[in-house]
Amino acid sequence: MEAFTTHTGVGVPLRRSNVDTDQIIPAVYLKRVTRTGFEDGLFAAWRGDEQFVLNQEPFRAGSVLVAGPDFGTGSSREHAVWALMDYGFRVVISSRFADIFRGNSGKQGLVAAQCEQSDVELLWKLLENEPGTEVTVDLTNNTVVAKDFTAPFTVDEYTRWRLLEGLDDIALTLRHADDITEFEQRRQGWLPTTDPVPAS
Amino acid sequence: MSRTLAEKVWEAHVVRHGSGAEPDLLYIDLHLLHEVTSPQAFDGLRLAGRQLRRPDLTIATEDHNVPTIDIELPIADPVSRTQVETLRKNCAEFGVRLHPMGDAEQGIVHVVGPQLGLTQPGMTVVCGDSHTSTHGAFGALAFGIGTSEVEHVMATQTLPLRPFKTMAITVDGELKPGVTAKDIILAVIAKIGTGGGQGYVLEYRGRAIEALSMEARMTVCNMSIEAGARAGMIAPDQTTFDYIEGRPHAPSGADWDAAVEYWKTLRTDDDAEFDAEVHLDADELTPFVTWGTNPGQGLPLSASVPDPEAIVDENERVAAEKALTYMGLEPGTPLRDIHVDTVFLGSCTNGRIEDLRSAAAVLRGHKVAEGVRMLVVPGSMRVRAQAESEGLHEVFLAAGAEWRQAGCSMCLGMNPDQLKPGERSASTSNRNFEGRQGKGGRTHLVSPLVAAATAVRGTLSSPADLV
Repeated sequence: MEAFTTHTGVGVPLRRSNVDTDQIIPAVYLKRVTRTGFEDGLFAAWRGDEQFVLNQEPFRAGSVLVAGPDFGTGSSREHAVWALMDYGFRVVISSRFADIFRGNSGKQGLVAAQCEQSDVELLWKLLENEPGTEVTVDLTNNTVVAKDFTAPFTVDEYTRWRLLEGLDDIALTLRHADDITEFEQRRQGWLPTTDPVPAS
Repeated sequence: MSRTLAEKVWEAHVVRHGSGAEPDLLYIDLHLLHEVTSPQAFDGLRLAGRQLRRPDLTIATEDHNVPTIDIELPIADPVSRTQVETLRKNCAEFGVRLHPMGDAEQGIVHVVGPQLGLTQPGMTVVCGDSHTSTHGAFGALAFGIGTSEVEHVMATQTLPLRPFKTMAITVDGELKPGVTAKDIILAVIAKIGTGGGQGYVLEYRGRAIEALSMEARMTVCNMSIEAGARAGMIAPDQTTFDYIEGRPHAPSGADWDAAVEYWKTLRTDDDAEFDAEVHLDADELTPFVTWGTNPGQGLPLSASVPDPEAIVDENERVAAEKALTYMGLEPGTPLRDIHVDTVFLGSCTNGRIEDLRSAAAVLRGHKVAEGVRMLVVPGSMRVRAQAESEGLHEVFLAAGAEWRQAGCSMCLGMNPDQLKPGERSASTSNRNFEGRQGKGGRTHLVSPLVAAATAVRGTLSSPADLV
């Protein structure tokens, strides 16, 4: 994973709460078996509407999404994160994120920055009054800055460390492979197994 | 120290405690796979030259994409077909047991696990699917994960996680006839909101929960994610043990006795404290339906479409206005006057044999209303076979409903079972999001009883309306 320290890009105000992952990318776009190319599915239903924020300049080229509370609810599809990143987003700002979405973001290097709702409202007004305003999200000191607006954000400490270092979770866990093996020896014998088949 | 059920299961699976901000490393007892969220994870393993650590704790089924008619033919949609074929290739390469289309054990992943006896109390169960919370009905800690985590579990059989907070949802009293597990969970979500459970494991308890069958408990736990929760759990009891005993992967003999002895310890200690508590009275519950575009936007069937003007919170008011526009509903319309085009009975929420039985009991001797299409999609091929052995399919067919093969089907419309733009459904599934059942489709979430009565009358109805 690429390390993330700070990002500056055009802020996109998305005045909607409960943006579920079916809205971020509808199920019909989940059929690909690759990890890239999901940008066409991003907000697919809404992008048919000319008034939708991503259909307007200069928001089209945005990379910092500022959304209402409860962003990323519903389905666990990591495709939601891939679609946002494939489109060009590097940061989503919201006052509340769904847990699985937040977790998925952290694995992919998309920063899910949690701000107070009052700060989200201020940012919305700024981005709507002055479209094209760039927003800087600095993970080294947890601040969001846009013109004279500054606000703190929170992100899980461990995720923050991993993002700053650009570390891969699996490699970190495999440092503890001996602990896993030891745990496996302690598991109850009656726990179920699944009748695996011979690997080809 | 006194502990809740969730804390007991968590502690029993800690491979390594994290220090400071570092998460615990949690062992995973069962990993369920399906075709949609696994291909990129298998690719990741291959790219990194890693092995699947425990094929014997991994199982796969084809469910999201599969058609529910003509299953002996190749899947018509080439992209869906590729995804299903990719799962088959991956399972063969890595040695994973797969239940493909046409197999007697094929079905929705969350129906298949419990019915095989693979889901047992005190286990940790994960799947790249948010409705993994279903398995919490057995007192397992079960939760949905993303594809990166799927790959992590494949490679290490563990996940790095911070402990979840705990919330008790106590449902006291007794459900009135015609009121079901689905009504309980829709009422819970309406009460705490779609974000109310964020960061929590919900433990459902109280007399009304204890009185539920295992299948009804699965319906409740299934929709925990719709309240934003990581997982839902119910303490195992005799109902749980009776359900598991004799299933293909259940322990037997001395192992059974040892397992039951352990399972009996899986209860929240009397003096344990939850981080939050919510109370509901089952006696006050009535059939519940949703009117909006998230599962928290629900009301008793006897109510009317709400007026957004009356909602104080600005975000909720705007959300309600948008929802009503999308749903094509006017404030003040009695919910019972809402006409539907389609009734969908199925999904991991309500696609089990008891759901089919209860709907069939309502439909028996009735016809699906003129102009209404009803789809009955069993949650698994085993549920389908059981229903046919009981003659339930004949009841559905005689009423004019369609009797389909097993899969996720119209719950999310990844296969051809979709709503057309503007079409309205009464659906026993779990999500009424915009476009969830097909672009432009409008969904009302209901119980199987309400679904059946609605099919007969053509408007949102409960069985009591049929007399």
